[in-house]
Amino acid sequence: MWALRVSSLARAAFCSRSGNSAGLSSVPPFQEDGRGRKKVTLELLDHLERLALVDFRNQEGVERLEKAIEFADQLLSINTDGVEPMDSVLEDRCLYLREDNVTEGNFAEELLKNANQTLEEYFIAPPGNIPLPKLEDRDTFLQKKKPSADMLPLTF
Amino acid sequence: MLRASLREISAALKEGQVSPVELCQKYLALIKATKFLNAYISVTEDIALKQAEASEKRYRKGQRLGDLDGIPVAVKDNFSTMGIETTCASNMLKGYIPPYNATVVQKLLDQGAILVGKTNLDEFAMGSGSTDGVFGPVKNPWSYSQQYREKCMRNSSTSNEELSWLITGGSSGGSAAAVSSFTCFAALGSDTGGSTRNPASLCGVVGLKPTYGLISRHGLIPLVNSMDVPGILTRCVDDSATMLGVLGGHDPKDSTTVQDPFHPFQIPNITDTSQLCIGIPKEYNAPGMSSETLAVWSKAAGLFEKAGAKVVEVSLPHTCYSIVCYHVLCAAEVASNMARFDGLEYGHRSSADKSTEALYAATRREGFNDVVRGRILSGNYFLLKQNYETYFIKAQKVRRLIVEDFAKVFSSGVDVLLTPTTLSSAVPYVEFIKEDNRTRSTQDDLFTQAANMAGLPAINVPAALSERSLPIGLQFIGRAFCELQLLTVAKWFEEQVQFPVIQLQDIMDQVDAVSQEEKSASFP
Repeated sequence: MWALRVSSLARAAFCSRSGNSAGLSSVPPFQEDGRGRKKVTLELLDHLERLALVDFRNQEGVERLEKAIEFADQLLSINTDGVEPMDSVLEDRCLYLREDNVTEGNFAEELLKNANQTLEEYFIAPPGNIPLPKLEDRDTFLQKKKPSADMLPLTF
Repeated sequence: MLRASLREISAALKEGQVSPVELCQKYLALIKATKFLNAYISVTEDIALKQAEASEKRYRKGQRLGDLDGIPVAVKDNFSTMGIETTCASNMLKGYIPPYNATVVQKLLDQGAILVGKTNLDEFAMGSGSTDGVFGPVKNPWSYSQQYREKCMRNSSTSNEELSWLITGGSSGGSAAAVSSFTCFAALGSDTGGSTRNPASLCGVVGLKPTYGLISRHGLIPLVNSMDVPGILTRCVDDSATMLGVLGGHDPKDSTTVQDPFHPFQIPNITDTSQLCIGIPKEYNAPGMSSETLAVWSKAAGLFEKAGAKVVEVSLPHTCYSIVCYHVLCAAEVASNMARFDGLEYGHRSSADKSTEALYAATRREGFNDVVRGRILSGNYFLLKQNYETYFIKAQKVRRLIVEDFAKVFSSGVDVLLTPTTLSSAVPYVEFIKEDNRTRSTQDDLFTQAANMAGLPAINVPAALSERSLPIGLQFIGRAFCELQLLTVAKWFEEQVQFPVIQLQDIMDQVDAVSQEEKSASFP
């Protein structure tokens, strides 16, 4: 009876999260705090804020990143020797390309309607080529995060 | 009539038993009466009534456009709708009015379908509860069903309505709630990691995620381009085939839709189940699954076996890594996709004006919630030059292993896989928000995201009511582009289980009473 067979499937069949079976590649060493949690450096956080152009907002935001990294680290133990990365499930098909003809257009006015600030047929942006201010002069939670003993550097 | 299936109402409209305007008014009244569910972000009352009048004219002339002519449908608020606000439940897009229709929306309108509104979701479809949108959480209609309320009354600890209302699942929770509470006949959701099947399971409706590449994503505001698929929510499997028939096929505006001809189909009745091979992936018996779900799953396997089908245990060995792999790929693509929201061309714009970069940063700080920021930041981390190989390429490799797992199982002769859709039935909101979004998504997308990684079609079919009288759904996963086979099996199963109809009598009566009053008022 299937009712019995499914119920009796060992729950252990679901690979254990921490399981390191034979043949798995070694995990690079991480700097960890006392509780075994990986810590990211202030420099890295600053770098990410600049790249992402969103800020961490608060300590929870930083912890969220640390947890996300910790979760992702489970991948490192999987043996993928000789496996090619997969971008798309349609990799074995030709990608459709339409003829390079103009089929629609002249929507400038329509498109500009959704912008907050425009002038004639232009979107308006503040001055460009000015990087975000340094950490000290930026409106970010990270300012308050002075480097401390529990902020060990992460090795890459 | 309100509880009719799409097919039944389509026939009733054709035979003139009901008029499109009358139907539309009834449904708009029901939407008002169920406003407390928060299923809709915007109700397009005026547009819907105009569309219904146009439909009525067509019926009078005997020129109906298609099976959906005059039928109220709803669309998740992450599909672009021309002239109708499209928010993704985010401050970032509040007030954004797309100048074009998503292809799937256009296809519905071309059939004469009536758009009654845009449904609620987690912000940018990132979540599994429909609790993390800027317009507030969606309430599961089953919270107000007679079946569930009766069970609550007996249990004093859950009789308090504030504490006992349930989440819909997500992120297409608004669409699932709308279909479940009879405020539309079908709804569009989107499905990146389970966002259509998960709420379908918790709301007791059918949720179909078609094969990647079968339905156009043009105009669906992207989350993960390589996994996003428009989803279909309906009250029965036949209706999902009708919707698929309208929506499927190549779109020149989406280069990832395949060019193979797509043939709409009606689902045949299985006459010979002995030709069928159902696979039960053993890895899906995961820790954290409720004993009730396990029992329903086992019983379903037994049903197929009893009917003469071959039921075999199969292995998808990389299943447990799938959710981790999904987490990395999703964050990476989100980081890239969300880069478009900068405040210049559309959407929210901050008042910061020191520099373009400062404007971007301030706009994004004000526009995104913590979940979205979190995924953008972790995605950027995984994509850093020094991490790219370690995390992103690694995840892409693991994705191939997961895809190969499915390929092996299907080439061994298995037609369709049978799995649970979620670990358990819907939980009360107060319970759900105790965990953060990422933890929740990890648990809730466990059984669903693998089908997205592999691009396979999958469908949730309501299977049974739990001890607390809440829906438990099961998932069937099929071979790529074999929707006909998948839906045939799903329909057979649906007929066997006879899932009970949600009892929302109080709300329905209220609407009936109102419409009676209106009638007597206009005809004194």
